[in-house]
Amino acid sequence: MLVSFNWLKNYVDLGDITPEELAEKITKSGIEVEGVEYFAEESTNVVVGYVVSCEKHPNADKLNLCQVDVGDETLQIVCGAPNVAEGQKVAVAKPGAKLPGGFKIKKVKLRGIESNGMICSLQELGVDEKYIPTDITDGIFVFPEDAVVGESVVSLLNLNDAILDLDVLANRADALSMLGVAYDVAAILNKEVNLPEEEYSTSEGKTEDYIAIEVEAPELNPYYGAFIIQDVEIKPSPLWMRNYLMAVGVRPINNVVDITNYVLMEYGQPLHAFDYDRFSSEKIVVRRANEGETMVTLDDQERTLTTEQLLITNGKVPTALAGVMGGANTEVTSETKNVLLEAAYFDGGSVRKTVKATGLRSESSTRFEKGVDPNRVKKAGMRASYLLQKYANGKVLSGVVEFDELDKSEKVVTMETSAINAKLGTEITSEEIVNILNRLQFPFTQDGEAFTIQVPTRRGDVTIFEDMLEEVARIYGYDKLPYTLPEGSNQAGRLTEKQLLKRKVKQYMQSAGLSEILTYSLTNEKNINRLVSPEISKQNPTPINLAMPMSEDHKYLRLSMLPEMLGTLTYNLARNQSNLAYYEMGSVFISNEQKISKQPKELLRIAGAITGKWLEQSWQQEEKEVDFFVVKGILEGLSDYLKVSISFHQAKVDNMHPGRTAVVKIQDKTIGFVGQLHPSLQKELDLKDTYVFDLNLEEILDAYDGEPSFEEISKYPSVARDIAFILDNDVLAGDVKTVIEEVGAPLVKQVSIFDVYEGENVPDGKKSVAYSLLYQDPHKTLLDDEVEASFEKIVEAVNNKFNSYIRS
Amino acid sequence: MKDQLEAIQKEALEKVTQAANLKELQDIRVSYLGKKGSITKVLKGMGKLSSEERPIIGQMANAVRDAITTSIEEKATSLEQAALEKRLEEESIDVTLPGRPVNIGGPHLLTSIVEEIEDLFIGMGYEVKEGPEVETDYFNFEALNLPKNHPARDMQDSFYITNELLLRTHTSPVQARTMQEYEGNQPVKMICPGKVYRRDTDDATHSHQFTQIEGLYVDKNVRMSDLKGTLDKFAKKMFGEERKIRLRPSFFPFTEPSVEMDISCKVCHGEGCSVCKGTGWIEILGGGMVHPKVLSMAGYDPKVYSGFAFGMGPERIAMLKYGVSDIRGFYTNDVRFLKQYHKA
Repeated sequence: MLVSFNWLKNYVDLGDITPEELAEKITKSGIEVEGVEYFAEESTNVVVGYVVSCEKHPNADKLNLCQVDVGDETLQIVCGAPNVAEGQKVAVAKPGAKLPGGFKIKKVKLRGIESNGMICSLQELGVDEKYIPTDITDGIFVFPEDAVVGESVVSLLNLNDAILDLDVLANRADALSMLGVAYDVAAILNKEVNLPEEEYSTSEGKTEDYIAIEVEAPELNPYYGAFIIQDVEIKPSPLWMRNYLMAVGVRPINNVVDITNYVLMEYGQPLHAFDYDRFSSEKIVVRRANEGETMVTLDDQERTLTTEQLLITNGKVPTALAGVMGGANTEVTSETKNVLLEAAYFDGGSVRKTVKATGLRSESSTRFEKGVDPNRVKKAGMRASYLLQKYANGKVLSGVVEFDELDKSEKVVTMETSAINAKLGTEITSEEIVNILNRLQFPFTQDGEAFTIQVPTRRGDVTIFEDMLEEVARIYGYDKLPYTLPEGSNQAGRLTEKQLLKRKVKQYMQSAGLSEILTYSLTNEKNINRLVSPEISKQNPTPINLAMPMSEDHKYLRLSMLPEMLGTLTYNLARNQSNLAYYEMGSVFISNEQKISKQPKELLRIAGAITGKWLEQSWQQEEKEVDFFVVKGILEGLSDYLKVSISFHQAKVDNMHPGRTAVVKIQDKTIGFVGQLHPSLQKELDLKDTYVFDLNLEEILDAYDGEPSFEEISKYPSVARDIAFILDNDVLAGDVKTVIEEVGAPLVKQVSIFDVYEGENVPDGKKSVAYSLLYQDPHKTLLDDEVEASFEKIVEAVNNKFNSYIRS
Repeated sequence: MKDQLEAIQKEALEKVTQAANLKELQDIRVSYLGKKGSITKVLKGMGKLSSEERPIIGQMANAVRDAITTSIEEKATSLEQAALEKRLEEESIDVTLPGRPVNIGGPHLLTSIVEEIEDLFIGMGYEVKEGPEVETDYFNFEALNLPKNHPARDMQDSFYITNELLLRTHTSPVQARTMQEYEGNQPVKMICPGKVYRRDTDDATHSHQFTQIEGLYVDKNVRMSDLKGTLDKFAKKMFGEERKIRLRPSFFPFTEPSVEMDISCKVCHGEGCSVCKGTGWIEILGGGMVHPKVLSMAGYDPKVYSGFAFGMGPERIAMLKYGVSDIRGFYTNDVRFLKQYHKA
């Protein structure tokens, strides 16, 4: 809501307060003023001049030579405007004048003729072109005849006005009007409100003889008032009205339209003026639209309607989309003689639906949506009638034809001083509350500490005690509230075990060299089924898409974090950042319903991607590209850190390298996968060799056992034995390890693989894998014979199972 | 024999002095003190001596042997020392060469901010609650006093999946869920961080996905001044003890009275400058006293319980605190951006 500071002065005595000071006060007591701007940059030495004569410039076709009386002298001015003419009163920048943009006026010679000043257009005086009436955007501004020659144009044209931009939130519909703002400003400054004139004299005719009203949908239209103003003279509205409209961003059109807009801004009540003769009916019928019915609105668009939308009709055809926009068929034009004026109350919900369906949001619809003051509907019609009489020479017929089922009663709210102080933590006295209620102009009765307040209907947002609490607090001043801390609950704040673990997992990933990233949860069609972990894709989850996505890129809720993460890699690689190691912790969204009706399962996962060099080249250090075992090592480290044992099993996963991918399991349950991206996917995404992992973090955290079990550290020495097997190439080193562990138990405490070799001295198709075994007995010193016996058993078991032999 | 021993000692000591390394020293030891060494030979000839001479020569031979042994040991020590010094000399390095890099990653800036805020409120006795990102219309709106067709729903146009399911537009539904969980008979003191989604076109200041942290305290006798005191404490801890706060009236359907909180501008301290657009204040968060309808819908009797709630955007806080100029930067994950904020 734009508020003109000069306009506001008509209702409240603003004294010496500056626009900026007022803005600060309004902000602090309820409505945020987002900015204060001046209507136009400063001009000096620009006055009203009378064009005494206007002749063609002898040396130029398109220029005129004018003699202009500016009061104390007559200036010869060369003017290029097409609309300049003898007898006009115009804005003259005298020599020495300063115009917006730092433009200075000097005496000059134009085509050999002296020019002592400039006749100005509104643009040249700093008015934004989009607010200037369309018929004068190409020419100079012409004042009404009553303008006084020699007078400064600054105040005449309201050029010095300050515009306050109020951010009016949904509750304060009242502040969508100059009067509403005036009430608030008066309360803040402790001043009176001067209400506008609404009393008009009526002519002999009776409204009821010309129009009748039938409302078929009173639930959507509880009040409809019709006024008829005859014999209006269509012309520009008075200068002051045009000035105010332009100041608040409304372009003046003609007196009838301007007056309805002016009252809209002044009262916050939308009005609509029909051309009575074009309405061509003596009956207004308000009804719901028929399904599929069409009408052409003022903007010349044909609209197809539904039964959700309310129409104003003449009994036959639609003449307005109620509360939203008038019809082209009954629009007021320069030919209009008789005006049918509508002042109505339309249901906010219905208007809201119409706006949503048509995309037409206007100053009018916004106000209906938020709710207008039931007691100001008719008054607004009266105010407009008064103005039409005064500024369009119209004859207002007597009586208002009304349909009226509108509840105009005031809400009653009670409160006690002690309750207010208990909720605010203040020590406000009853006297102060009396003062606050008076300033708000809320009528009330008082019984000691108890107040019964009749809330004016303009403040439809105030309905319960808490609303009054806010009213009292904001006028009292939020600044004056004390600073206290809660005296109740003494619960100890803490993270849950799971929340702590999540933080620890993040810290682990970071210390392992991965950086955290955050990507969008919404992804595109191509990515939705990509790199989904096998245990999820096995369930055939339904991709969940938004009903109305804003873009194809953010349409589906992700089933995997990896595709968006890979996008991040591509982005960085394109910027010459080639060694990247990322992880993300976040949810994927899984539903098995064919048609979504319940909330999906949100599964917490941790995913990562690494590409480029894992060890960078340094002096005396060789560089090393990331490989499968780097990533596996990171996951094993996590498993060690959390004491949750996981295992890796060769597997095939879509879009992954068929020979370099494993699923990860906890016991027999698959919880994710790890491996290299398929080279063709890498190529598609402009990636180099990239290794990724994606694990179900919930399963891991569920398997976490917070209490470490105590195990006596053995006092007895351990014995190490190494052995290398020659194995067929397709035998998995891990399978051999498992056999060693099984056969060697319980004496073998630890088995590790320390070398894998193919090449010289190893037959083709075979490999040598070396294991280091650690023997230990917790209860006694091991004897050589025991170790030897166990070792032989292991060798025999491995060789039998894998057809291997010991490398000599 | 006496002369013989003296000659041996003299010769041996001379050789020890001249020994250049431990190997030579070892040879000397063997040639004089070994089983076949010179002294042993002398001692073997002792049998020819008279019983008066024998102890004297014996004693003398022992003395010679001790002298040689001592001399060898001393020489060995000094040779070892010299060898060590030589080795250390050779092992000397150029300490100005770079260290072997340890690659550590870091948290995302938003995670750092969220955890900082979490820890701050944990310190004031709050617990951290989480909830689903796909919410029901009921918990996202209705339970928060935003019935269907409420005009305030426009304030946060939403991503609906079905008529009843949507991506949550704020983390407030976690508050409603927590209140239900606590069944209207115990205090609630919680914050809820998380991802939220709104129908905004991504640009420098808008993101269709962003982060929120909301807080809720419900108990008997909670006052608006408690909200002010709590927020003041938060602001000072988060932004600096010298910062001031200002509460302004505002509107949220789930709170009444509602507030907007500004903090004094860190650049101009309230004087007005370009950072705060001349106002001296910077908007940080919204909050208010929990609306009685929200309390009663969650099973808390508004006559007995009252509470306050507040909510803030970590992106905005990060932008203010670290001067991040474009909200999209948080989700582009440019490694050069991320690394700027990797610090302990």
